[in-house]
Amino acid sequence: MRFAYFPGCTLETKAIGFDRSARQVAGELDADLVTLQEWNCCGATFPLSTDNLLDIVGPARNLVSAAEAGESTLVVACATCFNVLRRTNHALQQNADALEKINLFMERPADYAGQVQVRHLLDIFDHEVGLEEIAKKSRPGLGGLRVAAYYGCMLLRPANEIALDDPERPDIMDRLFRAMGAETVEYPHRGECCGAYLTVRSPDASMEITHRILAAAIRAGADVIATACPLCQFNLDWLQNRMAQAYAGFQKIPVLYFTQLMGLAMGLDATGYDFEKHYVDPRPVLREAGLLHTPSTVAVGRP
Amino acid sequence: MRVKLSRESLESDLVRLVEEISGEDLSTCYQCGKCSAGCPVAGSMDILPSQIIRLIQLGLVEDAMASETIWLCAACQTCYARCPKGVDLTRVMEALRELAMQELGDSLQVAQIAPCDLAEFPQQAFVAGFRKYTQ
Repeated sequence: MRFAYFPGCTLETKAIGFDRSARQVAGELDADLVTLQEWNCCGATFPLSTDNLLDIVGPARNLVSAAEAGESTLVVACATCFNVLRRTNHALQQNADALEKINLFMERPADYAGQVQVRHLLDIFDHEVGLEEIAKKSRPGLGGLRVAAYYGCMLLRPANEIALDDPERPDIMDRLFRAMGAETVEYPHRGECCGAYLTVRSPDASMEITHRILAAAIRAGADVIATACPLCQFNLDWLQNRMAQAYAGFQKIPVLYFTQLMGLAMGLDATGYDFEKHYVDPRPVLREAGLLHTPSTVAVGRP
Repeated sequence: MRVKLSRESLESDLVRLVEEISGEDLSTCYQCGKCSAGCPVAGSMDILPSQIIRLIQLGLVEDAMASETIWLCAACQTCYARCPKGVDLTRVMEALRELAMQELGDSLQVAQIAPCDLAEFPQQAFVAGFRKYTQ
């Protein structure tokens, strides 16, 4: 299988470990991700005012580009890009006036008619590849690591537009890890916001909410946190230095992308995963679990 | 808090603008407080999310615009997900930010961000942050 893929600007640069692991894992699962020829930044946040059509042009242009390339589906790994593109698509599908104005403004050869479907990579793994296939290709147990899947808000809300998972009790990432034989932990706050862009202006506010999330995961026995968004990953990771100073006894915990963990479980070469760029180094925990290795020394999958 | 309610303030242009920009009818809110209960940042806010709506319902839009609350909203949609009346409070917050910035200018300047942070943060933080905090 192949899917048109929208990486987003952060996955091309700061979060390239996420992009590389996503492509590698998807390729291994026969779900090749092929980047759109023409794409631009999605805008990182869905514009919420009724009179702000110009901020929708940016994300809309990506949908148009996919449509022009003859793609019916656009797959996204970054939860924020997924949210913005999906909400943009929904807004254009629901509002004929906005759609007409955007089409007139963009002056492309053909009008966009809302025909592209935006899907998240987790959805592709769950419904197109299937968890059984993924289980077959994974060395079960993830080295005994207990994973706290962190969903954040962009993967879940608003539920009627995003429709990926239950907004209050999500489990798509948990089911994925369990299918790979890993132990997942249940903990509160896993669908709660990490603060997102608040860190730029009010890092202490972000720190409070991310600390709440991490403390709950750690209390539940997590060894690692799994995320699907570069900003969630950054907030949960970078803010831990601040947390260590603000909260006595705070124990740091590595924050990884779900595709990095999948790649490790599948015994793939993790050289490009950029673990050294994480603020809380995940390598000690991964090494201890026997997950950091060269591909030639691992028997992958089941006979 | 002592307030003066008048027909002018209850039916002011500002109230109309908030409703127009957000697309939300604020009379729908019956102040159940679920938005405030679910908001992850409520603990840092000076005015609770449900109180923001109450202020607008009472025609006191400028008080809402002057709050720190509107800049602490992360648009996480938890309020909207929990509201029994389907009021999208994130849209109201966006409208208030836009009105506040029209009057007072940008809420964030590049110069305020430490150079090391500028280098470290993923660009989506800045793209989103500048979209929310500047005109």
